[in-house]
Amino acid sequence: MKKILAIVLSLVLVLGLFAACGTKTPSEGDGNTPVPAEKLKVGFIFLHDENSTYDKNFIEGAKAACETLGVEYIQKTNIPETNECYEAAVDLADMGCSLVFADSFSHESYLMQAAKEYPDVQFCHATGTQSHTSDLTNFHNAFAAIYEGRYLAGVAAGLKLNEMIEAGEFTADEAKMGYVGAYTYAEVVSGFTSFYLGAKSVCPTVTMDVQFTGSWYDETQEKEAATKLINGGCKLISQHADSMGAPTACENAGVPNVSYNGSTKSVAPNTFIVSSRINWEPYFEHIIYCVLEGKEIDNDFVGTIGTGSVELTEVNEDVAAAGTVAKLEEVKAALEAGEIHVFDTATFTVDGKVLDSYMADVDTDEAYTPDTEVVSDGYFHESEFRSAPYFAIKIDGINYLNEAF
Amino acid sequence: MSNNAKTREPLFHVVKRTKTNFPFWKSALIRVLAIVLGLIVCGIITFIFTKLNPIDVYKAMLNGAFGFDKVKNFAATSDKSYLTIFITKNRNLWSFLQNSAILLCISLAVTPAFKMKFWNIGAEGQVLVGGLATASCMILYGDKLPPIALFPLMIVCSLAASAIWGVIPAIFKAFWNTNETLFTLMLNYVALQLVSYFCYIWSNPKGSGKIGVINQATEAGYLPTLGDNPIISKYLFNILVVIGITIFMYVYLKSSKHGYELSVVGESENTAKYIGVNVKKVIIRTMILSGAICGIAGFLLVSGTDHTVATDTAAGRGFTAIMVSWLAKFNPFAMILTSFLLVFLEKGAGEISTQFGLNKAFSEIITGIILFFIIGSEFFINYKIMFRGKEEK
Repeated sequence: MKKILAIVLSLVLVLGLFAACGTKTPSEGDGNTPVPAEKLKVGFIFLHDENSTYDKNFIEGAKAACETLGVEYIQKTNIPETNECYEAAVDLADMGCSLVFADSFSHESYLMQAAKEYPDVQFCHATGTQSHTSDLTNFHNAFAAIYEGRYLAGVAAGLKLNEMIEAGEFTADEAKMGYVGAYTYAEVVSGFTSFYLGAKSVCPTVTMDVQFTGSWYDETQEKEAATKLINGGCKLISQHADSMGAPTACENAGVPNVSYNGSTKSVAPNTFIVSSRINWEPYFEHIIYCVLEGKEIDNDFVGTIGTGSVELTEVNEDVAAAGTVAKLEEVKAALEAGEIHVFDTATFTVDGKVLDSYMADVDTDEAYTPDTEVVSDGYFHESEFRSAPYFAIKIDGINYLNEAF
Repeated sequence: MSNNAKTREPLFHVVKRTKTNFPFWKSALIRVLAIVLGLIVCGIITFIFTKLNPIDVYKAMLNGAFGFDKVKNFAATSDKSYLTIFITKNRNLWSFLQNSAILLCISLAVTPAFKMKFWNIGAEGQVLVGGLATASCMILYGDKLPPIALFPLMIVCSLAASAIWGVIPAIFKAFWNTNETLFTLMLNYVALQLVSYFCYIWSNPKGSGKIGVINQATEAGYLPTLGDNPIISKYLFNILVVIGITIFMYVYLKSSKHGYELSVVGESENTAKYIGVNVKKVIIRTMILSGAICGIAGFLLVSGTDHTVATDTAAGRGFTAIMVSWLAKFNPFAMILTSFLLVFLEKGAGEISTQFGLNKAFSEIITGIILFFIIGSEFFINYKIMFRGKEEK
């Protein structure tokens, strides 16, 4: 027994010695001390893996940004929105990451918990709402003005509807779109409202049905929801959920589809029109650059169509209406110039009335107290008071088929 | 009978081993061999599909569970000894121990039922309702009650909720002889839906379908941390509680009258009736205990580590626990080892996907192969293969 103990102890000692002469200092940086590129490790936490269009979009942007700036890329995929996110974040910090990023909405509170414990590490979070009200100086939110992209995608959808009406497939009054959404909160509502307004700007009689699935990634449910919408008379489908479910259902039924997160042409070559997406590369380059230079990271970063953070994929000309590309260029230029506002209150009504005032819950609190007036100068100021969307109003013309989520 | 020479013996046949002719060291040897074989097969498959060096992959697994690399990094900048750092600054190690403890707790919970041959596969649901009860107390009374009243309330509610969840199928089994396997399985789904419902009701922010961290600002209803070390203090409480339960369960099964009664019911209900054991009472009592221990696991998960409840709070542990319990032959101390093994495989698999950028599915394949070999080895421990020509002794 003693012999074994002696062997074990001496092994431990030897290992300890090895370790002591092994590697050098782990890189530790904070917002103010620059970290050299060869020492900078960036850790990424993803909700799913490349099989989800949402995460794929982040993963590709993250890899590209790390490569451009020559820093080490570490990923953790399939991290659920539970304590596992906290564990993953502190694990990355322990591994020597000076910058940790998480990509899903409900990762936020776990990431903040990790930020509290590692004040020298910068934590960035996409789609969250709490950094502008939190005391943490090393926790930051980011989003993009994706409503601009959705609006453009909506224009492409409206043009397609017009083409089908002209071809006599249905009458203008029957022009109804279907939308598969994940949850009922602002991120989704803002997305489909801007999409609807885009379509309405070219096809004034359009209406829209929305079916929620209660999950960001559930291929079967998304497919069923799309099929249900198609059977309910929807002539065109779009979605805000991350699987290939809705595009596949559209391809099977031969109904045109406007996608999200990236091109889904590979599964739906005969029905895919165009897709809007957030390009996260500019944001990733911004945060990595800040850590490299020892500068402060933007607390509430909003990428726009002008900064290249919001993009449209290539238009599938086989499916899209003639002249779509030219029209999209024209509307895009007008958006960038500020001539068009997506949530222009002259273009929609709420319960039959014009929206002239709306107090949004910008500073998230548990009771969702509205705190900020966001309607002025004739439009709803989305993503201006914080990066994450707060447009959560049900406007006329959009009909919810279920509200269970 | 007379023409022995003409009967053709099959190439091999299978003979059940008895305890007397099969010493412990032999069964241990078979198990070790099975793990080694499993690792070799995994190595071959890893190399064929990923072209990675299998040794590196195994190193990554060890690293994931025990954090060797990080300790090496810390040790390089500190004058403390390797061992001190290994224990005091090693989150991987403590998270490994803590995860093993929770899995062990649930395995201990299902064990008395299994010994009674009551196939309780509803531990997942029992843990979930326990966790839900704890979370409800934290949400509803977190800012209304002082800790001294809040904690007892949380504990009582979680134990009661899980015990009720466990006793429902037991009552049906005892009085109407319903099939407990189906019943407990179905109750898992009921528990799952119940949790989703409350996740919707209490979702924060509204509509997101997730409760998020409960009482993040006040930390009301969070298990206290023990000691000053920022890492150990977080994980220690759970581990200590589970060590206590392990000792209790060992004594309960081995030396108490209850433990004896339930194993008699498991061996033969008629014998139990004959010697005057009230079978109905034993079934109900055992499932109350089983459920209550699941409630402790749910309480520890919600109050001790997660500080929230979601449909994946139990994370499949209710099912993994069945394997832990069976592999250990229902011995609480052997279960410590089997839960270590399963958590090691899980943590290691996670590290593989991080370090090599492989999809999680690949690490699951590796875990699956190793488990297949370990479970397969049980066949060779219980049975002996006799080849033709060799005389059976």
